[in-house]
This record gives sequence, structure tokens and C-alpha cells, in this order.
Amino acid sequence: MSLATAIATGDLTQLPSRRDEDWRWTDLRGLIRAIPPASGLLEPTPGGPFAGLGGEEIVFGNGRSDGRAGALFTAEGGAPLRLRFCSDARGARHASTMVINAPGGERLTLLESYEGQGDYLADVELHIEIEAGAHVTRVVLVEEPAESILVSTAHVRLQPGASFHQVVLTSGGRRQRIETRVTQAQGGAEVRMDGVYILRDQRHADLTTVVTHGGRDGTTSQLTKGVVRDQARGVFQGRIVVEKGADGTEARMGHHALILSDKAEVDAKPELLIFADDVQCAHGNTIGALDEAAIFYARQRGMPEDVARAMLTEAFVGEVVDRIEHEGARDVARAWVSAQLGASE
Amino acid sequence: MTMLSITNLHATVGDKQILNGLTLDVPAGEVHAIMGPNGAGKSTLSYVLTGRSGYEVTGGSATLNGEDLLALAPDERAAKGVFLSFQYPLEIPGVPALTFIRTALNAQRKARGEAEITAPEFLKKARATAAALKIDFEMLKRALNVGFSGGEKKRMEIFQMAMLEPRFLILDETDSGLDIDALKIVSNGVNALRSPERGMLVITHYQRLLDYIKPDRVHVLSAGRIVASGGPELALELEAEGYDKYVQVAA
Ligand SMILES: Nc1ncnc2c1ncn2[C@@H]1O[C@H](COP(=O)(O)OP(=O)(O)OP(=O)(O)O)[C@@H](O)[C@H]1O
Ligand SMILES: [Mg+2]
Repeated sequence: MSLATAIATGDLTQLPSRRDEDWRWTDLRGLIRAIPPASGLLEPTPGGPFAGLGGEEIVFGNGRSDGRAGALFTAEGGAPLRLRFCSDARGARHASTMVINAPGGERLTLLESYEGQGDYLADVELHIEIEAGAHVTRVVLVEEPAESILVSTAHVRLQPGASFHQVVLTSGGRRQRIETRVTQAQGGAEVRMDGVYILRDQRHADLTTVVTHGGRDGTTSQLTKGVVRDQARGVFQGRIVVEKGADGTEARMGHHALILSDKAEVDAKPELLIFADDVQCAHGNTIGALDEAAIFYARQRGMPEDVARAMLTEAFVGEVVDRIEHEGARDVARAWVSAQLGASE
Repeated sequence: MTMLSITNLHATVGDKQILNGLTLDVPAGEVHAIMGPNGAGKSTLSYVLTGRSGYEVTGGSATLNGEDLLALAPDERAAKGVFLSFQYPLEIPGVPALTFIRTALNAQRKARGEAEITAPEFLKKARATAAALKIDFEMLKRALNVGFSGGEKKRMEIFQMAMLEPRFLILDETDSGLDIDALKIVSNGVNALRSPERGMLVITHYQRLLDYIKPDRVHVLSAGRIVASGGPELALELEAEGYDKYVQVAA
């Protein structure tokens, strides 16, 4: 059951609905009345938010890259890969898949962007294989129009000694799910998965992650922060599974959200499912408003209220941005955060 | 000339009457101390003067250089030069102290129609001020007050004050939490700002601070009013005899 299957078969009953536990805050069945026709051809010009960071570009226009809906990339030589999913369609749908391999010892920086216009249904499926000793950084910047429906799912598999660092930054869409499913089947790998969602108007974003530790001594560290205002709705679902025998696993998960208006909403479900004995796992989850005492303090020093609020909000999200190791990507992320928070006042 | 003029000020906090007809004048160039028992309304006065929400003025007036303070937003009062050294300074996660202060300084300058301070100018001033207050410059790169000790927070209040160069200073128990050396350093920092154009209101429980920051006048605040005023000798008398006789006056 998935959006991809529903698109491929035209069968609406394949759409996840709120009756599915993992989709209860991101109902597609109730929203999509018919599978729209296929989107037309789109050939985007080179560019995108990471254009200044060099490397190779692979671009999908309305789901197709060089005429195909799928692509294969094997990392080589350490240059970044800029992976762009561009959409420009009205009342149409498209889907794409991509496989990325990081062979042993390779370091790959994957700069992934979602750039869209119009209203459409889009599905993206990624498979990322990370061999022993390889390191993949994935920075995902999702800038979708208010009327788009997007489901992006990444399946990441790590061998022992591999590492994967990810951050997802999104401003949401009409309905949007960015899901990452990570498996360290034999343990021994290092995973970091962060997220930022900044939502306004009636936008929705769902950041869902599942990490499975199948073997010993793996680590997972997650930090997600969200800011919602107006009637926006943020969803965070984080599940960490530590299977029997996966001793020595260390897992930490934090999700913290700021709700800046009465009508905004955040739904969060952090889950640790632990079947091993000797593990260190912790999670924290907070949802609240800005600290009014801190705002008064800043105003007493001379900052107008909007400046004080923007400063504190940016600092709140900044903790995640600071964790991005790639300097160029960090600068792009910081500028994006400022733009998202600044334009509101 | 009177700089701060408070007349018959009444204020409530959460429907509780805290200030009950408080009258006080601080002329330019003078330092006035306020002493008084716990819960008398000293911090309430400082918040009413700086415009904290939840503190409602129900009567009376407060003017700075003849201008109605109470009609202004907190940041407008700051731009006019009102500075409060908080009894309990707030923590600002994720915002380095230097960034916070530069943002505040430039906001004040903008409100006054002045040019922004340049980055090199600001850093130069920050280094000199940190050195004078014996503050490790590295500490100014950390998130403001987060994880700072009580004394470090107080010292950071004075650092902010020295950087912002306010015209009217309210120090709410800035001495509490300071060790003996820090008390001297902080007092020197405050005294450096004494000038014929500045006024100061120094709230304290301890006469010792007033050995370093010598007040022109000392007032006793009890049950929301000024119940006695005198010269520096009044602080010595309070130290020796306590507030008993003033609490009765107020009752
Ligand atoms: N939010 C509030 N709701 C109700 N009462 C309050 C509130 N805030 C303060 N008060 C009360 O107002 C009174 C005055 O408090 P204030 O903090 O001004 O005293 P203070 O003179 O500064 O005391 P201290 O010397 O202990 O600092 C106290 O009785 C206090 O309990
Ligand atoms: Mg007090």
C-alpha cells in the first residue's frame, strides 16, 4: 500500500489512509478523489538551491530524467551529487525512483532538492546502499508549492563501518510526507538523521523516520525541530527498533516544536522499540511556545517584539542547522531558515 | 533637574495590588538606593518602569525627562535609555552573547535614527569592556547566560549595560550572588557610568554595595510605597536596626 502503487495501478484503495497507524496524521485516501493523468514533459534548466556548490547534477523533470523514471548513480571521487526533483504541473501526477550506491571507502555528499510549481501528485522513491567504510551525507531541501502532494521515501541500508548523516528541511505542502527508512542489518554503523520543518498558512509536513538496528554496536542520533504558525500542521514520527541481540546500540532521538499560533498543530510520536538487553537509548519530545520572559528581556535591551521573536525562533532552529558538517550546505540551510522565518512578519 | 519622576504610582500584578501610591524623584547625575523587605514591591517597580506585561498600572505616573514612560513599549523605553539589570537574568539559548548585544544596540540606534555600529567598532568596544570587567572574551561567544553561574550572569548584566550606555540605570539586586572581588569589579563598572547626565536607581538588601556605589539618597520601600528617605547614613541605620519601624509605619 503506497502512493506509488496507487499511481501505477490507478487503484485508489492502495492509498494509505488515516486507518493505517503509520499514516493517521497524513491521510491520502481521504484527500485524493481520483488519480490524475500523467504530467507533461518538463526539462528544467540547470541550477537549483545547491547550484553554487558544484558537483554533478541529476535532474528529474516531472518524474523523468533523460526520458526515464529511474536512474542509477554510483559515487566516485568524492564530488557532490546534486539531485533535483523538479515539478511544474497542474492536476497531474508523476513518480520517479533512483538508486544510489556508495562503494566502500567513498564519501558522497548528496544535495537533494524539491523544486515545484503548480498543483500535482508526486512520488519519489530512493534506494541508498552504503558499503563498509563509506560515508554518505544527505541534505534534503524541500520547497514545494502550497497545493502539491508529495511523498518521498528513502530506503537506506548500511553495512558495518558505514555512516549516514541526513538533514531534511521543509516548508511543507498541501500534504507531504518525507520518510526515511534506515536499516543497519548487522549493526556497527553510524546514523545521524535531523530535520527542520517551518510551516505556515495551511501547509502540512510529515517527517517520518524508522531506524532498525539488527546487529551490535550501531549508533543513531536524531534531532528534529519544527516551527508552525497560522493553521499549519507538523507531524513527526520517529521509530527506532533495536532487535534482539543488537547489544551495545546507542540511540538518541529528540523532537522539539514551537507552536506560534492557536490554530497550528503538531503531532509527534517518538517510539523506541527495544528487544536487546544492553543498550543506551533516550528520547525527548517537547512542544511549546516561545519563552515570553526571554522576549521581554530582549525587548528591555531594545529589540522590537518582532525582532526578538525572530531571533529566538531562528536560534531554536539553528541548533539543527549547526549540525550540518558540509559548510556550503550549512550556509544554504541557514539562509533558507532566515528566509522562511523572516518573510512572515 | 529631575530625570525620573514617579508620582503616586499604583500597580497590580495578577489582580494583587503591589504598588500603593509610590512617589520618588531621581535628579540627573544622582544615584538613589532603594532598600526594603522581601516582597515590598522593589522588583515590581523595576518591571513597571520597563513595561513588562502582566504588571498593570492602575494609577499615577512615571516620566523620564518629562516624557511619559508608561505609554511606551519596552523597547521604546530602552531606546530612550532605560536599562534594567535583572534580579534574575534570563537565559537565551542559541544566541551568542555578542550577537544578542549587537542586535540590541543596533535596534536602539535604529529607533533613535542613528547609524548602526560597524562590526570592527563593536568588537573593539566589546574587547575593551570585557577586559575592564574581567570577563573572558570566549564567554561572550557562548549562548547568553546559558549555563552561566549566578555571579557570571550578574557580571554579564553589567557588561550589557556598559555596551549599551543607557541614560537611566535600574540595578535590581545586582550585588546578590557576587563574590567579593566581583562586587568590586561590578561596582567599578557602574561607577564608570556615573555622569551628570545619568541617573541610577540601585535596589539592594546590603549596605556593603553602597560602600562601593555611593548613593546620594537612600529610600525605604515597604508595602508598595516609599516610607522613608534620607542620606547614605539611612542605609547604615537599616543595617543595624532592620525594617521593623518602617513596616509599622506602612501598616
Ligand atoms: N505574578 C504574580 N502574581 C501574584 N503576586 C505576585 C506576582 N509576582 C509578584 N507577586 C507578589 O508581589 C509582591 C512584590 O514582589 P517583588 O518581587 O516586587 O518584591 P521585592 O521587593 O522585589 O522582593 P525581594 O526583596 O524578595 O526581591 C510579592 O508579595 C510577590 O509575591
Ligand atoms: Mg526583588
